[in-house]
Amino acid sequence: MEYRTVLTTCTYCGCGCGLYLEVMDGRLVGTIPCKTNPVNEGKLCVKGWNVHEFVQSPKRLTRPLLRKNRELTPVSWDEALDFTAARLREIKEAHGSDSIAFLASAKVTNEENYLIQKFARAAVGTNNVDHCARL
Amino acid sequence: MDDKIKMKVQELLQSGKIKGFLGLRERHGQVGPYLFTDGDDLEGLVVGDRFKPGDSRYPLNKQLMKITRGDPSGCYGVLVRGCDERGLKTLFGSGQIKSEQVVPVGIACPQDLADACECLKPYPDERVAGEAAEPRSFATVAKVEAMELDERFRLWLAEFSKCIKCYGCRNICPMCYCSECTLENKDFGDIGSLPAENPVFHLTRAIHMAGRCIDCGLCNEVCPADIPLRTLYKKIADIVEEEFHCRPGYGSPETPPGLNIRGEELKH
Repeated sequence: MEYRTVLTTCTYCGCGCGLYLEVMDGRLVGTIPCKTNPVNEGKLCVKGWNVHEFVQSPKRLTRPLLRKNRELTPVSWDEALDFTAARLREIKEAHGSDSIAFLASAKVTNEENYLIQKFARAAVGTNNVDHCARL
Repeated sequence: MDDKIKMKVQELLQSGKIKGFLGLRERHGQVGPYLFTDGDDLEGLVVGDRFKPGDSRYPLNKQLMKITRGDPSGCYGVLVRGCDERGLKTLFGSGQIKSEQVVPVGIACPQDLADACECLKPYPDERVAGEAAEPRSFATVAKVEAMELDERFRLWLAEFSKCIKCYGCRNICPMCYCSECTLENKDFGDIGSLPAENPVFHLTRAIHMAGRCIDCGLCNEVCPADIPLRTLYKKIADIVEEEFHCRPGYGSPETPPGLNIRGEELKH
């Protein structure tokens, strides 16, 4: 039996609460709020307390899905990206840049959020950028 | 204090008496629970008095329950203060941890912490480091009891109304081990909705603390809304003592007579 605690940051929102994930034999088995972290001082919200659950959730998306004949079907990244790029271009040409919006996430890194807003503004040409905390 | 603990742990690990020591370690600038297994990493061992006494305490017995269940034949050391020792005794008595799987390594709390905790016994029976501080009585309970009944009721309703239903008080509690929790029972309340049923949510938890709460105060520290839960549970412990003549963890490790509160039998 191997038991480890791993210090990390909650991915649920932009607050950045510090927590320890409990790892037993390679599986996440619990979350412990970090008492010395100046952001959350040993406290968490109900989402943070359960942050270990989504990592190993069977409901988690692990590969791209494309709706074909009304059914979500696993496809390769190339097919998914080609389809998305083609459709975005069609929509932009038919209805204009502001017919498209981008939803960023508190669950990804700063750099990834930078990229999505850059893509929205520079590649697509819209300021329609929002994030999951307002959904 | 840290050095005495380190020496003791080193000795226990080297003798092979324990497979690991569950304590606290400072890493990456933060203090958290850590299972020491080889003695090489003991340099970072701390006892949880970072900027002020007891400011980085954790429910180590809760982690110990997971470890001893994950390795039912292994014996582990654990860092205990007075409250943790009371917790261990109660968990032994209710069949949640087997005493033969645990070697407690005790430290006494400094007087500052005993004062802040209003602790009746701020030291474990057996300790490796620290001087026993003076016990303190429950001044916070006396203060609330001095209020008129309706004023008191208004106070608690106002306190409970701050609850954001994070379940932190239950999650951090080293004495909460039920596999099914009443607070998550659909017949009990609307689980996903806010606010928490006032005062039912917190009074239900308080009643479930009867015969269990060992007054570690971690619930109070974990509450994002600063609800003075510890005061409430201290009063519950007083009532239990009055009615059943026992206070969890202060007596023998056996389940006290007249208070046969057992959780699920340990499934080994």
